Amino acid sequence: MIAVPVPWILALSAVLFVLGALGVLLRRNAIVIFLGVEIMLNAANLAFVAFAMERAGSGSVSSAISGQLFVFFVIGVAAAEAAVGLALFIAIHRLKETIDVDRLNILRW
Amino acid sequence: MVIWAFLVFAVLAVVFTTLAVVHRSPVVNVLSLVMVFFFLAAIYAVLGMDFLAAIQLIVYSGAVLVLFLFVIMLLNIRRVERFGSGRPVQAALGAAAAIAVGALVVWAVRGLAPVTGGVTPDAFAGGTAAPIGRMLMTTYLFPFELISVVLVAALVGAIALARRES
Repeated sequence: MIAVPVPWILALSAVLFVLGALGVLLRRNAIVIFLGVEIMLNAANLAFVAFAMERAGSGSVSSAISGQLFVFFVIGVAAAEAAVGLALFIAIHRLKETIDVDRLNILRW
Repeated sequence: MVIWAFLVFAVLAVVFTTLAVVHRSPVVNVLSLVMVFFFLAAIYAVLGMDFLAAIQLIVYSGAVLVLFLFVIMLLNIRRVERFGSGRPVQAALGAAAAIAVGALVVWAVRGLAPVTGGVTPDAFAGGTAAPIGRMLMTTYLFPFELISVVLVAALVGAIALARRES
Protein backbone atom coordinates (compact mmCIF):
# COMPACT_ATOMS: atom_id res chain seq x y z
CA MET A 1 0.00 0.00 0.00
CA ILE A 2 1.45 3.35 -1.09
CA ALA A 3 1.09 6.03 1.56
CA VAL A 4 -0.22 9.54 1.00
CA PRO A 5 2.64 12.03 1.49
CA VAL A 6 1.87 14.64 4.16
CA PRO A 7 3.07 17.61 1.99
CA TRP A 8 0.46 16.71 -0.65
CA ILE A 9 -2.33 17.11 1.90
CA LEU A 10 -0.78 20.43 2.99
CA ALA A 11 -0.60 21.55 -0.67
CA LEU A 12 -4.31 20.78 -1.17
CA SER A 13 -5.01 22.71 2.03
CA ALA A 14 -3.04 25.75 0.75
CA VAL A 15 -4.85 25.71 -2.63
CA LEU A 16 -8.27 25.56 -0.96
CA PHE A 17 -7.25 28.36 1.43
CA VAL A 18 -6.23 30.66 -1.45
CA LEU A 19 -9.48 29.92 -3.33
CA GLY A 20 -11.46 30.73 -0.19
CA ALA A 21 -9.52 33.96 0.34
CA LEU A 22 -10.18 34.92 -3.30
CA GLY A 23 -13.88 34.37 -2.70
CA VAL A 24 -13.83 36.54 0.43
CA LEU A 25 -11.87 39.37 -1.18
CA LEU A 26 -13.38 39.45 -4.69
CA ARG A 27 -17.07 38.71 -4.20
CA ARG A 28 -19.59 41.25 -2.98
CA ASN A 29 -22.59 39.11 -2.07
CA ALA A 30 -22.48 38.49 1.68
CA ILE A 31 -23.55 34.82 1.41
CA VAL A 32 -20.82 34.02 -1.14
CA ILE A 33 -18.26 35.81 1.08
CA PHE A 34 -19.46 33.59 3.92
CA LEU A 35 -18.98 30.50 1.73
CA GLY A 36 -15.38 31.67 1.21
CA VAL A 37 -14.90 31.75 4.98
CA GLU A 38 -16.24 28.20 5.22
CA ILE A 39 -13.78 27.08 2.52
CA MET A 40 -10.90 28.66 4.47
CA LEU A 41 -12.02 26.92 7.69
CA ASN A 42 -12.05 23.60 5.85
CA ALA A 43 -8.56 24.27 4.47
CA ALA A 44 -7.38 24.80 8.05
CA ASN A 45 -9.10 21.53 9.05
CA LEU A 46 -7.23 19.76 6.28
CA ALA A 47 -3.94 21.14 7.62
CA PHE A 48 -4.84 19.82 11.11
CA VAL A 49 -5.53 16.43 9.52
CA ALA A 50 -2.21 16.52 7.63
CA PHE A 51 -0.23 17.13 10.81
CA ALA A 52 -2.30 14.51 12.67
CA MET A 53 -1.29 12.01 9.95
CA GLU A 54 2.32 13.08 10.35
CA ARG A 55 2.13 12.40 14.11
CA ALA A 56 0.45 9.04 13.48
CA GLY A 57 3.20 8.21 11.02
CA SER A 58 5.86 8.84 13.65
CA GLY A 59 4.08 6.52 16.08
CA SER A 60 2.33 9.02 18.38
CA VAL A 61 -1.29 7.93 17.94
CA SER A 62 -2.61 9.97 20.89
CA SER A 63 -1.44 13.28 19.44
CA ALA A 64 -2.87 12.17 16.09
CA ILE A 65 -6.24 11.80 17.86
CA SER A 66 -5.75 15.29 19.38
CA GLY A 67 -5.36 16.72 15.90
CA GLN A 68 -8.70 15.22 14.88
CA LEU A 69 -10.32 16.66 18.01
CA PHE A 70 -9.21 20.15 16.95
CA VAL A 71 -11.02 19.58 13.64
CA PHE A 72 -14.07 18.57 15.68
CA PHE A 73 -13.91 21.85 17.65
CA VAL A 74 -13.41 23.93 14.48
CA ILE A 75 -16.52 22.32 12.96
CA GLY A 76 -18.47 23.18 16.13
CA VAL A 77 -17.36 26.83 16.03
CA ALA A 78 -18.10 27.02 12.28
CA ALA A 79 -21.65 25.78 12.90
CA ALA A 80 -22.19 28.47 15.55
CA GLU A 81 -20.72 31.10 13.24
CA ALA A 82 -22.95 30.07 10.33
CA ALA A 83 -26.09 30.27 12.49
CA VAL A 84 -25.30 33.78 13.78
CA GLY A 85 -24.03 35.07 10.41
CA LEU A 86 -27.07 33.92 8.46
CA ALA A 87 -29.39 35.39 11.11
CA LEU A 88 -27.54 38.70 10.64
CA PHE A 89 -28.08 38.49 6.87
CA ILE A 90 -31.81 37.97 7.37
CA ALA A 91 -31.97 40.97 9.71
CA ILE A 92 -29.96 43.14 7.27
CA HIS A 93 -32.05 42.02 4.29
CA ARG A 94 -35.23 42.99 6.14
CA LEU A 95 -33.80 46.47 6.72
CA LYS A 96 -32.06 47.22 3.40
CA GLU A 97 -33.58 44.75 0.88
CA THR A 98 -30.06 43.69 -0.19
CA ILE A 99 -27.04 41.85 1.17
CA ASP A 100 -24.61 43.26 -1.40
CA VAL A 101 -21.78 44.50 0.82
CA ASP A 102 -21.13 47.45 -1.54
CA ARG A 103 -24.53 48.85 -0.67
CA LEU A 104 -24.22 48.34 3.08
CA ASN A 105 -22.22 51.53 3.52
CA ILE A 106 -24.00 53.22 6.41
CA LEU A 107 -20.83 53.15 8.54
CA ARG A 108 -18.60 54.43 5.72
CA TRP A 109 -17.37 58.03 5.92
CA MET B 1 -4.49 2.62 -4.31
CA VAL B 2 -4.90 5.04 -1.39
CA ILE B 3 -2.74 7.63 -3.11
CA TRP B 4 -4.78 7.49 -6.34
CA ALA B 5 -8.03 7.85 -4.41
CA PHE B 6 -6.54 10.86 -2.63
CA LEU B 7 -5.43 12.46 -5.90
CA VAL B 8 -8.83 11.98 -7.58
CA PHE B 9 -10.72 13.42 -4.59
CA ALA B 10 -8.23 16.32 -4.28
CA VAL B 11 -8.58 17.34 -7.94
CA LEU B 12 -12.38 17.10 -7.74
CA ALA B 13 -12.37 19.17 -4.54
CA VAL B 14 -10.30 21.93 -6.19
CA VAL B 15 -12.55 21.94 -9.30
CA PHE B 16 -15.75 22.26 -7.27
CA THR B 17 -14.20 24.88 -4.95
CA THR B 18 -13.40 27.00 -8.01
CA LEU B 19 -17.00 26.60 -9.17
CA ALA B 20 -18.23 27.54 -5.68
CA VAL B 21 -16.16 30.74 -5.74
CA VAL B 22 -16.77 31.97 -9.31
CA HIS B 23 -20.34 30.96 -10.29
CA ARG B 24 -22.97 33.68 -10.38
CA SER B 25 -25.86 31.77 -8.87
CA PRO B 26 -25.71 31.41 -5.06
CA VAL B 27 -27.59 28.10 -5.21
CA VAL B 28 -24.91 26.66 -7.53
CA ASN B 29 -22.22 28.06 -5.18
CA VAL B 30 -23.72 26.28 -2.18
CA LEU B 31 -24.40 23.01 -4.03
CA SER B 32 -20.83 22.84 -5.34
CA LEU B 33 -19.61 23.50 -1.80
CA VAL B 34 -21.69 20.46 -0.75
CA MET B 35 -19.68 18.48 -3.31
CA VAL B 36 -16.40 19.92 -1.93
CA PHE B 37 -17.29 18.90 1.62
CA PHE B 38 -18.30 15.46 0.34
CA PHE B 39 -14.89 15.01 -1.31
CA LEU B 40 -13.12 16.27 1.83
CA ALA B 41 -15.07 13.67 3.85
CA ALA B 42 -13.96 11.07 1.30
CA ILE B 43 -10.33 12.18 1.79
CA TYR B 44 -10.71 11.86 5.59
CA ALA B 45 -12.18 8.36 5.09
CA VAL B 46 -9.33 7.38 2.73
CA LEU B 47 -6.84 8.53 5.36
CA GLY B 48 -8.52 6.29 7.95
CA MET B 49 -10.32 9.01 9.94
CA ASP B 50 -13.81 7.50 9.89
CA PHE B 51 -15.28 9.68 12.67
CA LEU B 52 -14.17 12.94 11.02
CA ALA B 53 -15.60 11.81 7.68
CA ALA B 54 -18.95 11.14 9.36
CA ILE B 55 -19.20 14.47 11.18
CA GLN B 56 -18.01 16.34 8.09
CA LEU B 57 -20.93 14.85 6.15
CA ILE B 58 -23.52 15.18 8.91
CA VAL B 59 -22.62 18.61 10.31
CA TYR B 60 -21.28 20.44 7.26
CA SER B 61 -23.16 19.02 4.30
CA GLY B 62 -26.20 18.03 6.31
CA ALA B 63 -26.71 21.01 8.60
CA VAL B 64 -24.60 24.08 7.78
CA LEU B 65 -25.05 24.10 4.00
CA VAL B 66 -28.75 23.28 4.25
CA LEU B 67 -29.00 26.39 6.45
CA PHE B 68 -27.24 28.38 3.70
CA LEU B 69 -29.66 27.07 1.05
CA PHE B 70 -32.59 27.83 3.33
CA VAL B 71 -31.48 31.46 3.75
CA ILE B 72 -30.80 31.91 0.01
CA MET B 73 -34.27 30.67 -0.84
CA LEU B 74 -35.85 32.66 1.99
CA LEU B 75 -34.26 35.90 0.74
CA ASN B 76 -34.95 34.88 -2.89
CA ILE B 77 -31.46 35.70 -4.21
CA ARG B 78 -31.32 34.55 -7.84
CA ARG B 79 -28.16 35.89 -9.46
CA VAL B 80 -25.46 38.03 -7.95
CA GLU B 81 -22.57 40.01 -9.36
CA ARG B 82 -20.02 38.47 -11.72
CA PHE B 83 -16.76 37.25 -10.12
CA GLY B 84 -14.29 40.15 -9.96
CA SER B 85 -16.61 42.57 -11.74
CA GLY B 86 -16.43 46.30 -11.07
CA ARG B 87 -13.55 48.15 -9.41
CA PRO B 88 -10.63 46.52 -11.32
CA VAL B 89 -7.94 48.02 -9.06
CA GLN B 90 -9.52 46.64 -5.87
CA ALA B 91 -10.11 43.26 -7.54
CA ALA B 92 -6.45 43.04 -8.61
CA LEU B 93 -5.29 44.06 -5.13
CA GLY B 94 -7.62 41.50 -3.57
CA ALA B 95 -6.34 38.71 -5.81
CA ALA B 96 -2.73 39.69 -5.06
CA ALA B 97 -3.48 39.72 -1.32
CA ALA B 98 -5.08 36.26 -1.47
CA ILE B 99 -2.10 34.81 -3.33
CA ALA B 100 0.29 36.56 -0.92
CA VAL B 101 -1.55 34.98 2.03
CA GLY B 102 -1.24 31.60 0.32
CA ALA B 103 2.50 32.11 -0.24
CA LEU B 104 2.84 33.11 3.44
CA VAL B 105 1.06 29.90 4.50
CA VAL B 106 3.33 27.77 2.31
CA TRP B 107 6.42 29.59 3.66
CA ALA B 108 5.25 29.12 7.27
CA VAL B 109 4.58 25.37 7.10
CA ARG B 110 7.54 24.56 4.82
CA GLY B 111 9.92 22.31 6.69
CA LEU B 112 7.34 21.32 9.32
CA ALA B 113 6.37 18.11 7.53
CA PRO B 114 8.74 15.52 6.12
CA VAL B 115 9.00 15.73 2.35
CA THR B 116 9.78 12.07 1.91
CA GLY B 117 7.80 9.22 3.31
CA GLY B 118 4.17 9.29 4.22
CA VAL B 119 1.55 7.60 6.28
CA THR B 120 -0.91 4.83 5.68
CA PRO B 121 -4.38 4.58 7.22
CA ASP B 122 -3.16 1.58 9.21
CA ALA B 123 -2.20 3.96 12.02
CA PHE B 124 -5.84 4.16 13.06
CA ALA B 125 -6.60 0.45 13.04
CA GLY B 126 -9.82 -0.31 14.89
CA GLY B 127 -11.47 3.03 14.09
CA THR B 128 -11.08 6.46 15.60
CA ALA B 129 -14.47 6.95 17.29
CA ALA B 130 -13.55 5.13 20.51
CA PRO B 131 -10.21 6.93 21.19
CA ILE B 132 -11.76 10.29 20.22
CA GLY B 133 -14.65 9.76 22.61
CA ARG B 134 -12.31 8.70 25.39
CA MET B 135 -10.11 11.76 24.91
CA LEU B 136 -13.15 14.05 24.68
CA MET B 137 -14.27 12.87 28.12
CA THR B 138 -10.84 13.14 29.76
CA THR B 139 -8.20 15.51 28.35
CA TYR B 140 -10.58 17.80 26.44
CA LEU B 141 -13.56 17.71 28.80
CA PHE B 142 -13.51 21.48 29.47
CA PRO B 143 -13.33 22.55 25.78
CA PHE B 144 -16.06 20.02 25.04
CA GLU B 145 -18.38 21.58 27.63
CA LEU B 146 -17.38 25.06 26.46
CA ILE B 147 -18.33 24.35 22.85
CA SER B 148 -21.79 23.24 23.92
CA VAL B 149 -22.20 26.60 25.72
CA VAL B 150 -20.99 28.38 22.55
CA LEU B 151 -23.53 26.49 20.45
CA VAL B 152 -26.39 27.35 22.82
CA ALA B 153 -25.32 31.01 22.83
CA ALA B 154 -25.22 31.00 19.00
CA LEU B 155 -28.68 29.42 18.88
CA VAL B 156 -30.18 32.05 21.19
CA GLY B 157 -28.33 34.83 19.36
CA ALA B 158 -29.52 33.65 15.94
CA ILE B 159 -33.14 33.57 17.08
CA ALA B 160 -32.82 36.99 18.73
CA LEU B 161 -31.27 38.51 15.57
CA ALA B 162 -33.63 37.03 13.00
CA ARG B 163 -36.82 37.54 15.01
CA ARG B 164 -39.20 40.14 13.66
CA GLU B 165 -39.65 42.94 16.18
CA SER B 166 -43.31 43.50 16.90
